[in-house]
Amino acid sequence: MDFNIKTMAEYAAEGKAPEVLFWVGCAGSFDDRAKKITKAFCKILNKIGVEFAVLGQEESCTGDPAKRAGNEFVFQMMALTNIEVLNAYEVKKIVTACPHCFNTLKNEYPSLGGHFEVVHHTQFLKTLMEEGRLKIEGGAFKGKKITFHDPCYLGRANNEYEAPRMLLEKLDAELVEMKRCKTNGLCCGAGGAQMFKEPEKGNKDINIERTEEALSFEPKVIATGCPFCNTMMTDGVKHFNKNTEVAVKDIVELLAEAEDL
Amino acid sequence: MQYIGNIIFLILLVAGFGLFAKSLLKIYRNIRLGHEINRNDRKGERWSTMARVAMGQSKMTARPVAGVLHLFVYVGFVIINIELIEIIVDGLFGTHRFLASVFGHGFYSFFTATLEVLALLVVIGVVIFFIRRNFYGVKRLTMKELFGWPKQDANWILIIEFALMVAFFTMNTSDFILQSRGVLPEHGSFPISEMTLVPFFEIFSFDNGFLMFTEKAAWWFHFVGILFFMNYLYYSKHLHIILAFPSTWYANLDKKGKFNNLDSVTKEIKLMMDPNADPYAAPAEGAEADVPSKFGAEDIFDLNQVQLLNAYSCTECGRCTSVCPANITGKKLSPRLILMKTRDRLEEVGRNIDQNGKFVDDGKKLLNDYITKEELWACTTCNACTEACPVLLDPLSIIFEMRRFLVMEQSAAPQELNLMMTNVENNAAPWQYNQADRLNWASEN
Repeated sequence: MDFNIKTMAEYAAEGKAPEVLFWVGCAGSFDDRAKKITKAFCKILNKIGVEFAVLGQEESCTGDPAKRAGNEFVFQMMALTNIEVLNAYEVKKIVTACPHCFNTLKNEYPSLGGHFEVVHHTQFLKTLMEEGRLKIEGGAFKGKKITFHDPCYLGRANNEYEAPRMLLEKLDAELVEMKRCKTNGLCCGAGGAQMFKEPEKGNKDINIERTEEALSFEPKVIATGCPFCNTMMTDGVKHFNKNTEVAVKDIVELLAEAEDL
Repeated sequence: MQYIGNIIFLILLVAGFGLFAKSLLKIYRNIRLGHEINRNDRKGERWSTMARVAMGQSKMTARPVAGVLHLFVYVGFVIINIELIEIIVDGLFGTHRFLASVFGHGFYSFFTATLEVLALLVVIGVVIFFIRRNFYGVKRLTMKELFGWPKQDANWILIIEFALMVAFFTMNTSDFILQSRGVLPEHGSFPISEMTLVPFFEIFSFDNGFLMFTEKAAWWFHFVGILFFMNYLYYSKHLHIILAFPSTWYANLDKKGKFNNLDSVTKEIKLMMDPNADPYAAPAEGAEADVPSKFGAEDIFDLNQVQLLNAYSCTECGRCTSVCPANITGKKLSPRLILMKTRDRLEEVGRNIDQNGKFVDDGKKLLNDYITKEELWACTTCNACTEACPVLLDPLSIIFEMRRFLVMEQSAAPQELNLMMTNVENNAAPWQYNQADRLNWASEN
């Protein structure tokens, strides 16, 4: 990165508090593809001057995959550790680019003592745009066909369908909706800890079914709002040998590209 | 002798409702085999959810064809049951069309005409439903998991409803002809019968005696049919006409992504993380009661009462299964089947209790004997099933509790998931990366 990413510890050392804590998540920290999403989001925040911090080495998995696999012990071990760290820094507001982190922090941490305002990065950017702090012009994506794949843990799990769409509309792109969208969205196949195991036997893999649907609209870009959806759709596009024609990109990557960041 | 009909009627009425009450009590007893869950909060929201979803059918129209037809049958059913009041009074006191004397001539005509129109809509509804289910090939209605009783049950329901409506029209037709001949006093208006069955009946120019007999026979058939249908509910998926109401009332009102946290685990972990805690300390008195006998669910006793109520409320429409990503891609998981199997097991346990006075171990469990691991591990927890259910049932919560049992009681997760969980535990990430490398991305280009 060509600018400095500050940690909560650094802010604390300065006796200051950032506007928001960016919860990077495991995929965003370690997965090469997801790291690009992390960086794109940081670039946008940096450009418009949002003071944000990350936890860095003090961040742990939220426990989502362990929880949904059924391991409540490991989940709560992670959750209670994270809550201790977050409470120690008196964190008020958290933004994350991962709907799984978002859901867990927002819905499952409160009853364990973690009360924070948690927003998905698309919701955060939407607010910034409404406040006039973020301005986006179509640029590279003007008139191009984009379809958005709803992440289950943002959409059905938390009823957020509009924020990602509003950002996409700002790109002046031609937004086409798949038949299975919003409340009827089809899972990418990675949720509920499926990301970490081979799928059960069936006719086909879920990400193939989903990518097939997306590709039937011949989009230039399949937009995602979740690092796991991104991986699954990317694999799907490769499966159909369309990876040179169709890009799979997170919404923040599209925004960063439109702004030429 | 002249009271014999009234007496038979009374006996049938008492027996019919008595048996029905007995069935309902049995269902209530079975549901209480599950453990309690507090769903008596947010009462206002619960009433409005029930009014909107169960009474208002708000989720049915997501599939417009089935939604509209279902609305016909539902509204018809509800309104026609007002007729039941008249049937009971007429049957007990030997009156004829008692409500006419209450409503007055004009309104009674309006009332009977409305019933006729609704009855016609019911007939249209059930006939199309029958065709859709048996000949048209709607995938979710023709899946293998419905073969056998579920399919027969569905057809019986439609046939019984059809027969009841035919009896209703036959009764009105005979009555109308007798009224027009001046044999019976003029009450009500029967536009549908007048247009359809009356001309047909007139071809045969039946005599008054035969028509009197037909009218009475249809009336009795209608009455006995209602009692029969009511008692058939216990054996049928059609129970949803009653249980959809409590099911929507007790529905989960939280965000769909919010899975419950086990309090017993919180205590353990807090103790573990507390540097001042003495791991060898004897538990305080009464503390054992806090430790659950089991994590997750292996059998119906480990599920909560709302989950068991859900199993009884499922009408096997398969909207959940038709949107399940695992099922769509040919995997064994079917959310509908999760509920059907839970109900099957629950009924088996119920029969066991009926026989033995209490549950005697039968060597079976919901897990493995009914629901397999393969089904459970195929779920992506995407909530498409819970979104699709027209009566807010939650098969996902059952899948989730059973996964908990597999992992926390049996350590029987798929190997790759064990690896993932070990990584989370040791490296604080599902992959085997060092936590110290978590910020490396910030210094990369």
